[in-house]
Amino acid sequence: MLQPRIVEILKDIVGKENVSTDKSDLICYSYDATQQKFLPDAVVHPGNAQEISLILKMANSEGIPVFPRGAGSGFSGGSLPVRGGISLVTTRMDRILRIDEDNLVAEVEPGVVTEQFQQAVEKVGLFYPPDPASLKFSTLGGNVAECAGGPRCVKYGVTKDYILGLEVVTPKGDIIRTGGETMKGVVGYDLTKLMCGSEGTLGVITKIIIKLLPKPEAKKTMLVLFNSIDGAAQGVSAITRAKIIPTTLEFMDSSTLECVRQATGLKIPEAAKAVLIIEVDGDRDLIERQSERILEIIQPLGVVETQVARTPAESEDIWKVRRSVSPSLRKVNPDKFNEDICVPRSRVPDMIRAVEKIGQRHQIPIVSFGHAGDGNIHVNILIDRSAPGEMEKADHAIKEVFAEALSMGGTMSGEHGVGNTKAPYISMELDPAATEYMKAVKRALDPKNILNPGKIFLE
Amino acid sequence: MSSKKLKDFEEQIRQCVKCGTCQAYCPVFGEQKRESVVARGKIALAQALLDGDVELDRRFAGDMSQCLLCGSCVDKCPNLVPADEIVMAARREITEKHGPTSFGRSLSLALKNPSLMKWGARGASLFSPILFKKVPEGSGLRLRFPAPYVTRDRIIPEIASRPFRDRHPEFIPGEKDKPLVAFFTGCMIHFMYPQIGESVLAILRRMGMNIWIPSEQGCCGLPAISAGDGATVEELADRNLAAFEKREPDVILTACASCHAGMSRHFAEFGERQKELAKKVTDIHVFLEREGLIEELKNLPAKTDPVRVAYHDPCHLRTQGITKEPRALLRALPGVDYIEMEGADRCCGLGGTFSVYHYETSKKIGARKAPGIEASGAELVATACPGCMMQLQDIINQAGLPQKVVHILDLIAKELPEHS
Ligand SMILES: Cc1cc2nc3c(=O)[nH]c(=O)nc-3n(C[C@H](O)[C@H](O)[C@H](O)COP(=O)(O)OP(=O)(O)OC[C@H]3O[C@@H](n4cnc5c(N)ncnc54)[C@H](O)[C@@H]3O)c2cc1C
Ligand code: SF4
Ligand code: SF4
Repeated sequence: MLQPRIVEILKDIVGKENVSTDKSDLICYSYDATQQKFLPDAVVHPGNAQEISLILKMANSEGIPVFPRGAGSGFSGGSLPVRGGISLVTTRMDRILRIDEDNLVAEVEPGVVTEQFQQAVEKVGLFYPPDPASLKFSTLGGNVAECAGGPRCVKYGVTKDYILGLEVVTPKGDIIRTGGETMKGVVGYDLTKLMCGSEGTLGVITKIIIKLLPKPEAKKTMLVLFNSIDGAAQGVSAITRAKIIPTTLEFMDSSTLECVRQATGLKIPEAAKAVLIIEVDGDRDLIERQSERILEIIQPLGVVETQVARTPAESEDIWKVRRSVSPSLRKVNPDKFNEDICVPRSRVPDMIRAVEKIGQRHQIPIVSFGHAGDGNIHVNILIDRSAPGEMEKADHAIKEVFAEALSMGGTMSGEHGVGNTKAPYISMELDPAATEYMKAVKRALDPKNILNPGKIFLE
Repeated sequence: MSSKKLKDFEEQIRQCVKCGTCQAYCPVFGEQKRESVVARGKIALAQALLDGDVELDRRFAGDMSQCLLCGSCVDKCPNLVPADEIVMAARREITEKHGPTSFGRSLSLALKNPSLMKWGARGASLFSPILFKKVPEGSGLRLRFPAPYVTRDRIIPEIASRPFRDRHPEFIPGEKDKPLVAFFTGCMIHFMYPQIGESVLAILRRMGMNIWIPSEQGCCGLPAISAGDGATVEELADRNLAAFEKREPDVILTACASCHAGMSRHFAEFGERQKELAKKVTDIHVFLEREGLIEELKNLPAKTDPVRVAYHDPCHLRTQGITKEPRALLRALPGVDYIEMEGADRCCGLGGTFSVYHYETSKKIGARKAPGIEASGAELVATACPGCMMQLQDIINQAGLPQKVVHILDLIAKELPEHS
């Protein structure tokens, strides 16, 4: 419970319609896509950096934790008010401030929804590539804070590769600018990159300067069924060795295919044990040549069937197969843990085999799919929370999956971040000195641990 | 359906994995950007009510009123959580505990009393310019065209001097081997847009159909569902069951997207007999396509000066997957130069009682359609629901645009040659 005095101050700062301590609102901002529940004491919808600055200054002097939140679509609990306090929601700050066609940059507020921004720049022939599967509802602020990635990052990279500069309110309430408008810039530390993936623990992002590309002329989507996961993996390597970088290289393993078969009734030949969805983009002639070449290269690797989309509608049909994966998993078991490990791409088949073994050992269904092109594998552990012993099994399995990924030179999380859900595991990946280095940064910037406490590091 | 309690939805409520996808599709969230109005929030609040964490109070009623029942979220939810039905159940519970609002009370009175409705509509036609004082307060029309719309400069169609069903015999025989089609008119066509009904008849006659317009039929119940008035919904369902069981039609046609939702999805949940009947309920555009009208339209003589026409998807058809047939019909018309407009699938913002309680938001949701309509360069915006027609014309007028809104069936009827 916040003291009434504090609530009054908050109302003075942002206006009374933008502060709520109603139970109903506290409930509505107590969750994210991890389905955990932590009630804040107040929900605040600020309208600009000055208001956020005042809130953080007040929070510092009063010792109240503040939890930044965008769309609440996070997969690691990053926005959850684990210690009560203030849920600071950016959804009101949703203006695209400018799109500069001369310099190929744009400036936005953090609450802009990713896809709405993409559509706005595409209208003028420009392109913002990062494409998390949540792009229809996630915010750009949340994308920067988690350094979101997506299928297109094989070719185009992740969110941080497009962020030139930021306006940030520091944990103590100062408003600073990092980076700038230019492609180059080396004055001082690269605070922009530091903020990318900082999960709302080092500052509240209030403006984002984004680098844009010209929109590719066309794209071509292909669905290729393989008779083994090795064939699919060799396909990925062969394409890479041929010096072709497709826009996306998505894969699904045989257990994923089985789920899709059962849930959707899609006719996928029994012989198919793995799928690659390959997309290329660029000039029309170039992508014709590239797609032909790709099909030629992979043909000897156990291809069962190939579909090449000729129209945008057919391309959409192919992506539907990919999108049907997540919902189909529920048919197997009601609950899932979705881990997003990342390994060097040549190790993808080893990792998948290792995951299969872990599933067999603990006797729980685990399916793997994701971004073969960059080694980012979504390992989904499917359980029924209500069944006795299942949670423990899942916990063991998760640890073993992380350990395998790390032993192959990979990481525990390619996209979703640490938040509170992976905090217990980070010591598996980071050595104590590295963790201490990070904590020192956090302590220096946020000595009272006001901003998003309880995330990334266990305390 | 009307007997289903919020508690009966516990399992579905649990299926919401809080992914947040519904934020992308909920028109109300698009304007308000507050979690309590989106499906995910409403579901969390419904859960909280069941758990005793919140009360069935004003605040809860207010949150539940923030829903168009458009089904857009359900359609795109990866787990198909029926947020709209959960909201309907919550509204019923509110009504049960606190009684209907005065608005809801007069609604049920008129809905349950057809002669009152008729009288009201007749009276209204005499005073067409000031008609809303005279439209029966609860005819279902008031709900869809609530007073706030009327006090502003909204253009509303004249109330028919004779409601549609009063103009025609119950049975219009066609060719012997052709199907018997029952026509569920709905309140809108019956009272306000009889012209659409005339078009329906013209087209069906031309196709040689045997037409049956049961005179005992009533409102589809959607306005009462929206108001949380379970008892009225049930009475209306009983009446429609009796009316449509009198013969054995091959199909029951609707020309109003909302009636289609009311008479198929919601009606079906009252029991086995209702379910059987609901299976026959077919949107007329789907029926016309199935009966080969598209080919026939394509074979009509070419026109030199076709009109540019765009299409608006009514939510209650779109979320049932009915998007291709209306477009195919438009494309087939020689007199129509069809253009796909941007945002065709955006909700118009009407949404039953929603526009009564949240007129400003409803207007904002609607206003988002204007740029797409303007950019399309269309002269006419065609749609498949009289409710959407009313709202769209208002949107267009408010934006100062020149387009006229029509029902697809009117365009078809105009081009089809007279029945010989
Ligand atoms: C169905 C689904 C699919 C997904 N697919 C992907 C995917 O393909 N790739 C991927 O990378 N992620 C994916 N995610 C995860 C999630 O969508 C991303 O992490 C996204 O970037 C979160 O954005 P958000 O606006 O929802 O942020 P939130 O969840 O609200 O917050 C996420 C973190 O960002 C912080 N934050 C938010 N706004 C600010 C701000 N203005 N300043 C400082 N910190 C801030 C929060 O404190 C929190 O730590 C998916 C999630 C779902 C539910
Ligand atoms: S889309 Fe469905 S599952 Fe996801 S939050 Fe909304 S209602 Fe819940
Ligand atoms: S039914 Fe429509 S208005 Fe209601 S929650 Fe779903 S999308 Fe929003």
